[in-house]
Amino acid sequence: MSELKQTFRLEGASCAGCVRKIEGALAEVPGVEDARINLADKTLLVQGDVTPQACIAAVQNAGYGAEQVRVSERERREQQRAEEQRHYRDLLRRCYIALGLGVPLMAWGVLGGDMMVNTPGQQLAWGVVGLLTLVVLVYCGGHFFTGARRAFLHHNANMDTLVALGTGTAWAFSMLVVVAPQLLPEAARHVYFEASAMIIGLINLGQALELRARGRTSAAVEKLLQLQEPTARVLRDGEERDLPLELVQVGDRIRVRPGEKIPVDGAVEEGSSLVDESMLTGEPLPVKKASGDFLSAGTLNKNGTLLFRAEKVGAETRLAQIIEMVKNAQSSRVPIARLADTISSIFVPTVMMIAVLAALIWFNFGPDPRAAHTLVVLTSVLIIACPCALGLATPMSVMVGVGKGAEYGVLIRNGKALQQASKLDTLVVDKTGTLTEGAPRLTDIEIDPGFAGGEDALLRLLASLEQGSEHPLAEAVLSAAREKELELASAEAFEAITAHGVQGSVDGRRVLLGNRKLMQRHNIDIGDWPQTVQKLAQEGRTAMYAAVDGSIAGVIAVADPLRQDAAAAIERLQKLGLSIHMLTGDNEGTARAVARQLGIDSVHADLQPEDKERIVAELQRGGAHVGMAGDGINDAPALARAEVGFAIGAGTDVAIETADVTLMRSSLHGVADAVELSRATLRNIKQNLFGAFVYNVLGIPIAAGVLYPLTGALLSPVIAGAAMAFSSVTVVSNANRLRWFKPGEAA
Amino acid sequence: MLTLIVNIAGVLLIAAIVWWFWIAGKNTAPAAGAVPSGAATEILVKNGVYEPERIRLPSGSPATLRFRREDPSPCAEYVLFPDLEVSAQLALHQVTEVRLPAAEPGEYPFTCQMQMYRGTLVVE
Repeated sequence: MSELKQTFRLEGASCAGCVRKIEGALAEVPGVEDARINLADKTLLVQGDVTPQACIAAVQNAGYGAEQVRVSERERREQQRAEEQRHYRDLLRRCYIALGLGVPLMAWGVLGGDMMVNTPGQQLAWGVVGLLTLVVLVYCGGHFFTGARRAFLHHNANMDTLVALGTGTAWAFSMLVVVAPQLLPEAARHVYFEASAMIIGLINLGQALELRARGRTSAAVEKLLQLQEPTARVLRDGEERDLPLELVQVGDRIRVRPGEKIPVDGAVEEGSSLVDESMLTGEPLPVKKASGDFLSAGTLNKNGTLLFRAEKVGAETRLAQIIEMVKNAQSSRVPIARLADTISSIFVPTVMMIAVLAALIWFNFGPDPRAAHTLVVLTSVLIIACPCALGLATPMSVMVGVGKGAEYGVLIRNGKALQQASKLDTLVVDKTGTLTEGAPRLTDIEIDPGFAGGEDALLRLLASLEQGSEHPLAEAVLSAAREKELELASAEAFEAITAHGVQGSVDGRRVLLGNRKLMQRHNIDIGDWPQTVQKLAQEGRTAMYAAVDGSIAGVIAVADPLRQDAAAAIERLQKLGLSIHMLTGDNEGTARAVARQLGIDSVHADLQPEDKERIVAELQRGGAHVGMAGDGINDAPALARAEVGFAIGAGTDVAIETADVTLMRSSLHGVADAVELSRATLRNIKQNLFGAFVYNVLGIPIAAGVLYPLTGALLSPVIAGAAMAFSSVTVVSNANRLRWFKPGEAA
Repeated sequence: MLTLIVNIAGVLLIAAIVWWFWIAGKNTAPAAGAVPSGAATEILVKNGVYEPERIRLPSGSPATLRFRREDPSPCAEYVLFPDLEVSAQLALHQVTEVRLPAAEPGEYPFTCQMQMYRGTLVVE
């Protein structure tokens, strides 16, 4: 029975009669082995080797509608795992059978048994062995031969070609010895059936081990897929039903109980709860969600019951997009692999020519038995050459490296970004939102002795005045008042004066808040307050004068607080050898103060948004490899200009789409993680490429017999087969070492 | 006499390898005539080759290719279009749709991760 199963969503089917009609129509479609309808879910499950279009057409002909339901990524993975497991067992079985013949034959040869064919008895015995070997070649190595044949017809040559030619030549030569020994000199009447069988066995073993090791390289995506719930509790027709995720549609209302995962993206309609989003954003603290708030698929509902409306389902959810991006990046090319790619593309025909050339040299100039030597050299060269190790060197490391990044909330767009991140020597950082929280807070409020009233009284007046302002600093004053639960009054005659400040009336009192120019304009004596303002500015705060009813009332200061871990992250980046440049629209004094606190030397202050890109370009002209970290919203041109743009945006959709590297958590540590990871990955790639090159560059001449003058022996084709089989396993295993990568974050 | 025959055969073999894999392969493929166009064709991934191995697409509009992978070996698992920055994991015994962005006219190779499977996308 075919294992291909397809699910369709039905339209118009509502009764038992419809079920019979549709199932009957499908039974007549060639390839359909079984068709079953679940009337409750209005779904159709078709088993058999048939195209979805044929099924849909049959349903439509019966008078109904059908739409294919995509298999969930997780389900698809499980199917693939099962297939892989089957393939693995298959390879092992072939390996055991081939070695079952090869090992005794080889032992016979090693223990001094006669491998020569001189008598009719030997001819008969070896003839039987030859036929057994043929069975092994066909059953255990048949795929190499069909692969080689098809590739050959397409003017292509691959690893199958080498294996098929190597083992086929050894078998054909041995059969020639068996059938017509008289054609060959006596010393050359040696059979090599054990080599054919052993090579096929070993290469199957190598492929099985490689398959195993490869499975581990995609562990990261597996983990992300685990976040996806397979079902959702959907409210339809006043009833709650557990539906497979693929059947959930936009607009469905879904209930999530405490301890359950959010199945799709959506907005809360009822209830409130804490939701753990750490798996997507890296943010360790759960976030409170109430009516109207956005929920991401894959996050965990902690303590309350939520009812929400699905807004994005299937491949549209943020989690699905992250998975898609990781998968894409995992299989993207790295520029460093270009040389290996070029070599791969001409590798097999070149090896075939080297094999023929080496064989000719041995045939013309080698010692006796020449025919046997020629054959051994030909076979060994074909078998030892391993295009796989070369081809696998980069993709395997990228696969593990990119996956590892995802585990730490570092989403790398592609192999190119990965390689460039490893070479960065300069990091340009946008101050607001990257080094700081991005939300200014009131830090100081100092009262003039002449002002009648305390801090709260002044704050209340100022907050009441600022209610009408859209300036970001106003929000700081307002939220400070909200925190203190002050009751605000309404402001009258509010006016914002550009480059000065704001003014208006609150409770009949004239209130001014702004800079020195505003105070001068209203002839207000500011006494010694400029010293305080200067001191606050040196600490990186923005200070403003407040005046009430024509006389100074005090000074308030707001600052965008530094992110807690900014200093530690900067120190880590500097230790990695990156020179840090801070960009900001703030004035020089404030900017310098922030830079001092963080240990940053280079500051570019008083910038307009468009200047950021120019500075990145200037640094690049100076020969620097520049990375840029920003929030991905207003610094997009600079992010694009930099060799690697790091978007620190807790994974906003825009950032995911545009940045080279997206940091899911709002911390510069992510940049350091990305740089460390890219360096570790590139180091791993270089080791792999070096290993694969050296293996082939040394292996092929040794197989061709260059060591013969020293050792007096040729490399056995069996050893060549073992070396080849394990070279690619070594490459994959080395790439897997990256799985133990840990970022050097102190926090 | 035998030596001469073997040597000539060897040299001819080398010439044949060069011709078949590097010269004939390049010259005959475009003239093969049976270059399927559009996304309707299913590309079979089996036994080390993509079939068909040359796909023709019109330029300037995105397209979707359909790959059916029948080779369980891990080599066949991914298909890469390096110039278009597109890659996809192919499900075994199933059709996987690969979406391609609009591209300029030209030839774009597509391969497996190890470049053993090779095909060409002709955008015109």
